Amino acid sequence: MSNTLRGNCPICDSEIILPEGSEESEVISCCECNNRIVVLKIEKERVILGEAPKVEEDWGE
Amino acid sequence: MPFRIGILHSTIRKEEKLLIEAAKKRNVQVKLIDIRKEIFDPRNYSPNVDLVLDRSVSTIKGLQALLFFESLGILTVNKYSVASLAADKFATSLALFKKGVPIPKFALVFSEEEALKAVEQLGGFPVVIKPTHGSWGRLLAKVNDRESLEAILEHKQILGSPHHHSFYLQEYIKKPGRDIRAFVIDGEVICAIYRNSSHWITNTARGGKVSKCPINEELAKICYLASEAVGGGVLGIDIFETKDGYKINEINHATEFRNSEEPTGVSISGAIIDYCLKLIKNQR
Repeated sequence: MSNTLRGNCPICDSEIILPEGSEESEVISCCECNNRIVVLKIEKERVILGEAPKVEEDWGE
Repeated sequence: MPFRIGILHSTIRKEEKLLIEAAKKRNVQVKLIDIRKEIFDPRNYSPNVDLVLDRSVSTIKGLQALLFFESLGILTVNKYSVASLAADKFATSLALFKKGVPIPKFALVFSEEEALKAVEQLGGFPVVIKPTHGSWGRLLAKVNDRESLEAILEHKQILGSPHHHSFYLQEYIKKPGRDIRAFVIDGEVICAIYRNSSHWITNTARGGKVSKCPINEELAKICYLASEAVGGGVLGIDIFETKDGYKINEINHATEFRNSEEPTGVSISGAIIDYCLKLIKNQR
């Protein structure tokens, strides 16, 4: 049985339930404030979230 | 022994999730390698993978990581030579020109004076000025007249990094409200999309809308030639439709495809993993 992953948005502090299969370094959007946040660490069922990195000059496809 | 693919990344986007899923479906082990947390010291590094797939969102870091793994004798997708060529628009244009692949006229200059002469050689205004490195349609400018060119070049000289002090100029191609992004693996177009936009920049990162583009013989041929010219691998090739036929605009070496699997009905992620497996099997 899969565990539900939960964390708090670093910007608006809303609780976020992450989808199954979430990975560290994954960028998601907060369902409350819509800011882009990143999964920093997954520790059992608790997830530490941070602000997503800003776009750098050489980013892209 | 199961195959093991390392995915070089700095951010897990939708594309990387699709690749992880595609690998799992094929019973391939995935090692996620966050390049920001690696120490690329060849004396103390155990790659423990059969192949690395570059999905770094940063071009420079991705290239350096590819170079490192290649030096250890690990298979890489793409090869460093291909990725470094595709990352540089001037180098890409030269490689395509050398092989006679149809492309818009282009020139590189280092000064305003030469830029003005180059515009004449390209057929006059409007022209497009681009950074030689960069993506998502950023810092592109359609330059309509001499005054605008002078202003843009002055801004680039003063505000830009050294990369922006080389001015890549391209003839402006009037598009029919869209261009084409073809997904090419090992020289073969696996699917293609139209990027529809009323704006002259059609990148989906800039709001271009996606629809399926049928693959015809001419499209397949120009993509094959372009792929051969840069050394093959997994490529996202941007193509203009012109009155003289297709022309290659740019080639991307770590292409994004999140919006393209659904409209084309093709598992691009699956095709990339299959290509990686083919390379591993050929080597074993």
